[in-house]
Amino acid sequence: MTITIDNVAKTFQAHSALNGVSMEVSDGAFVALLGPSGSGKTTLLRIIAGLESADAGHILFGGEDVTDRPVQNRGIGFVFQQYALFRHMTVAQNIAFGLNVMKRSQRPSKAEIRARVEELLALVQLPGLGERYPAQLSGGQRQRIALARALARDPKILLLDEPFGALDAKVRRELRGALREIHDRVGLTSIFVTHDREEAFALADQVAILNGGKIEQYAPPKDIEAAPATDFIREFIS
Amino acid sequence: MRAATGEPRPVRAALILGALAWLALVILLPLGAVFVEALRGGWAAYRAAVFEPDALSAIKLTLLVAAIAVPFNTVFGVAAAWTIAKHDFRGKDFLVSLIDLPFSISPVVSGLIYILVFGMQGWFGPWLREHDIEIIFAVPGIVLATVFVTFPFVARELIPLMTAQGRDEEEAALTLGAGGWQTFSRVTLPNIRWGLLYGVLLTNARAMGEFGAVSVVSGHIRGETNTMPLHVEVLYNEYNFVAAFAVASLLAGLALVTLAIKSFLEWRHRDALAAAGH
Repeated sequence: MTITIDNVAKTFQAHSALNGVSMEVSDGAFVALLGPSGSGKTTLLRIIAGLESADAGHILFGGEDVTDRPVQNRGIGFVFQQYALFRHMTVAQNIAFGLNVMKRSQRPSKAEIRARVEELLALVQLPGLGERYPAQLSGGQRQRIALARALARDPKILLLDEPFGALDAKVRRELRGALREIHDRVGLTSIFVTHDREEAFALADQVAILNGGKIEQYAPPKDIEAAPATDFIREFIS
Repeated sequence: MRAATGEPRPVRAALILGALAWLALVILLPLGAVFVEALRGGWAAYRAAVFEPDALSAIKLTLLVAAIAVPFNTVFGVAAAWTIAKHDFRGKDFLVSLIDLPFSISPVVSGLIYILVFGMQGWFGPWLREHDIEIIFAVPGIVLATVFVTFPFVARELIPLMTAQGRDEEEAALTLGAGGWQTFSRVTLPNIRWGLLYGVLLTNARAMGEFGAVSVVSGHIRGETNTMPLHVEVLYNEYNFVAAFAVASLLAGLALVTLAIKSFLEWRHRDALAAAGH
């Protein structure tokens, strides 16, 4: 599903986090929001998700204005930096959460939910872990469960906030590959936030580099390397 | 063998014995004394003291006051902690200090506040008298004073816990399509249930045991506005020691029962507690 960000601005207590950001994410794209801390990348992601509201501007999904739609009804999947798994629930209950809170008339049957949980555990390559609690998992496993949970309701859009930030280099590389594969297989449109240039360039089709609440350049990695648009970018990617 | 980081054996023994002796002196001995004194006149005298009409009415009043104050302060405490820990707004620090207020002022003053507001010569005194509403020297005043004094326990217990847990899980629930109430009941509440239980038990213990504030607003009318602690004082002042200690032993017994319930619940749910990383 295409995502249109139209002139979005946001101010936090006198300092502005975003100054009129516009970008277009095409259907099926895998986009990285890259920038130093304080550049506004996480704020932008949270505004797209509906976890934060924009002071000005519009967000459109597939051409439809969702600016005023609450996060619950945006049909997105969101993966948090620290995973944010429900600590008092088992892995299976975590993954099933999004299905269990649906209105009774739309909610799948118990058997269907159980089957969906198994399917998602297989997708993230952690079959048989359903009865564990999050505290009993490694960091990489938690991240995979967080991904499975975010995908349970079949979102068309997946948003990830520093998805690999808390993991060591080896696990990070494994997970990157897995994420890209799932993105392609499920047919998602994904946006992820990172401050790691190498990660953004290795994984994304398009990279948006933010600085001081503005997009400095938004292009495929190769184009950015070939023709940095500003001095900031030249410095940032070197 | 001596552990690498341990103290020499005599030092350890001295420390442990010292701690035990102190514990025995300030906690076990007085608690034991209550029960020993209560039974000094024998079982029959104990029963007579407890089943005497004024004692029964004091027990009933204490339970009634706790039954109102505890649920009220539980709901308020959860709401306050949730507002403070999960939201940002102006005046948050002020609200936190306000919640602490009942802890920082003397219970006697807490009681006097209500006399000044609702008493005969108080702000609303004449109006209340005209409308035949009794607050001071009646049950409503006792309930109000108790609610005031036990106000902070639940909120104080939950605010640090909920602040440490952050908002991530709630936000995750929202992105997964949960509504506000679903998020609260399925994510927030289960995460705080142990802290909440502890806060409720503390509230209950204090609600049943409160003396100062209740003493000021109660008027000490026997069989009507005497709670258990007040009844104990009345009996003691009448040199009726066996009866005083008998009622006191009931109060102590209620406290021990709540402690036992808490320990039992922790033991029963030890697996869930360990898994949740408490």
